[in-house]
Amino acid sequence: MPDGNYVRIEGLKRYFDVSAPWLVRKLEGKPRQIVQAVDGIDIQIAKGETFSLVGESGCGKSTVARLVVGLYPPTAGKIVFDGNDMSERRGQGAHSTLRRRLQMIFQDPFASLNPRWRVFDIIAEPIRAFGLSKDKADLEKQVGDLLRQVRLTPADGRKFPHEFSGGQRQRISIARALASQPEFLICDEPTSALDVSVQAQILNLMMDLQRRLKLTYLFISHNLAVVYHISTRVGVMYLGRLVEEAPTDTLFKRPKHPYTRMLLDTIPDLDMTGRQRAPVAGEVPSPLNPPSGCTFHPRCPFANERCKAERPKALPIEGGTVACHGIEENRIPIEDRSYTARG
Amino acid sequence: MVTNNAPLLEVKNLRVEFPTRRGTLLAVDDVSFDIAPGEVLGVVGESGAGKSLTGNAIIGLLEPPGRIAGGEVRLEGKRIDNLPYEEMRKIRGARIGAIFQDPLTSLNPLYSVSRQLVETIQTHMPLSASAARARALDLLKEVGIPGAEQRIDHYPHQFSGGMRQRVVIALALCAGPRLIVADEPTTALDVSIQAQIIALLKKLCREHGTSVMLVTHDMGVIAETADRVAVMYAGRIAEIGPVRDVIKNAKHPYTKGLMGSIPSLGHRAERLTQIDGSMPRLTEIPTGCAFNPRCTVRGERCLVERPELMAADASRAACWLHDAGGVGTPVAPVREMANA
Repeated sequence: MPDGNYVRIEGLKRYFDVSAPWLVRKLEGKPRQIVQAVDGIDIQIAKGETFSLVGESGCGKSTVARLVVGLYPPTAGKIVFDGNDMSERRGQGAHSTLRRRLQMIFQDPFASLNPRWRVFDIIAEPIRAFGLSKDKADLEKQVGDLLRQVRLTPADGRKFPHEFSGGQRQRISIARALASQPEFLICDEPTSALDVSVQAQILNLMMDLQRRLKLTYLFISHNLAVVYHISTRVGVMYLGRLVEEAPTDTLFKRPKHPYTRMLLDTIPDLDMTGRQRAPVAGEVPSPLNPPSGCTFHPRCPFANERCKAERPKALPIEGGTVACHGIEENRIPIEDRSYTARG
Repeated sequence: MVTNNAPLLEVKNLRVEFPTRRGTLLAVDDVSFDIAPGEVLGVVGESGAGKSLTGNAIIGLLEPPGRIAGGEVRLEGKRIDNLPYEEMRKIRGARIGAIFQDPLTSLNPLYSVSRQLVETIQTHMPLSASAARARALDLLKEVGIPGAEQRIDHYPHQFSGGMRQRVVIALALCAGPRLIVADEPTTALDVSIQAQIIALLKKLCREHGTSVMLVTHDMGVIAETADRVAVMYAGRIAEIGPVRDVIKNAKHPYTKGLMGSIPSLGHRAERLTQIDGSMPRLTEIPTGCAFNPRCTVRGERCLVERPELMAADASRAACWLHDAGGVGTPVAPVREMANA
């Protein structure tokens, strides 16, 4: 485990109440319904690394991102950022200093930019909000620099978002996120709305910026190939829980949890022309009514009675952690996976 | 599986245009290809490359004001692009099935699944209501819906995304079509479900001998499903050939860049290959080769003369590199101001 004290997430939980209104519940005798979107996860992120969360839709990965930035308050657990507990109540000033240091990049570059604002104002807003510029000339210089940093031109600041393509808009989102000089960026599927060639541009840009500005990323994605490419460590989520977490190479070379293996088996890769994949049966169960014990047991080929009854704990193994009874009891052999490099 | 029989579908010099106030936009420009019986042809390209429009033109579902401006589409030797609406309606569904991207919007939320299936079956086949229902049930079982007997009377919202897409596939198969045009059938689905749907499509094609035109932007899906692949760029086919050749040994600089920009699990590079710039808008297609401003190996000839598809090993590529005359004197690619 690295010195993961930069960002520490402990026992983080977030439940959403999706019950019918009180009167309907009383008249129709319906119970309360609670979605356990995030059900107790622990993550440690070291400074300067990229930690990725992967999982299928509905596994709670975006909720984790929103919890970390503070868009939702957690139901339980805490998020400690550089020694500061984010859920503690504190004065306006202290909080805004912390807020300045973490920023978010959203998935959809068409929805996350205000269509009525010029690009200059979009990027200048965080600078103004945190009072980071001395005067107007300084503000213009800062925005110009930010636009150049994401490979746009200062002249683009006069335009409106609709004049840009998806990839360029995502660059604007990145420039806005960088405007408050943050150290920690939370990126929620930043490339999944983009075409592959544009995705490559954005990923390269994000990696360049990370090296240059010493940024730390929490990267949320469902695309394992992208995650493999960009991350230092990877966490795999299933139904609100972290099932496996490991350094990237370990996770992809020696995956342990059956769900991780299933995910790796299902990604179509270019090297697989004509190869038959054995698709895994079943679908992600509803988080409203998650299975007992290990939530993956209905789809798991190795499940036994213990898996149905007892929730597995995360146990350290080979530099990471795995929450699986089968691995703990050595029932499931761990094998190396091989990949062929593309010629 | 490629056979030597006459092609099932022939598309020749297809052009799709959109009249606008500022003149006519050519969205699909001179596209020709054919699909053999039982073959899966993948069509890839970035958004706006014209791949979906090509599919829609074939099934006769272009949204006005878009229209076929030239060329022809033949199904089993018979022209279908100039048929009157009612006749095309009989072919669509019966001979050509369609699968769209979003399974929620391609099913009617107000009708039960059985009603939608029975309606489609009875439109194209002379079956009684009970025989049609029996066929609907068989189809649902075939596409792998568990508990089909109960679920047949459910409504679309009662199915999950993957199950809905299975229902859509069952709908497309209703009348035993010869060709299925599948437009991004797995894009809205999670990877594990995506794998199930692809395996299902492949199995059904093998068993029924159905050809598939698979339109997607996901090269991975193409890699494991298609026999041949056509790469589209700015309304034209840049390269077409057997899937292995196009992926491992791309002939067009655009295809090479596209393959390089896809992160692979095989190796982890410091940087991904990227193609600078973006695809031109339809109003600003450059003269000569449409890819030339982003091309790293362009020459003077590429600026003025438009390349047609020409033989390049096992594939065909629209690039002067594969012409005896070559590209001419090299010209540096356009460096966008932004990239300076």
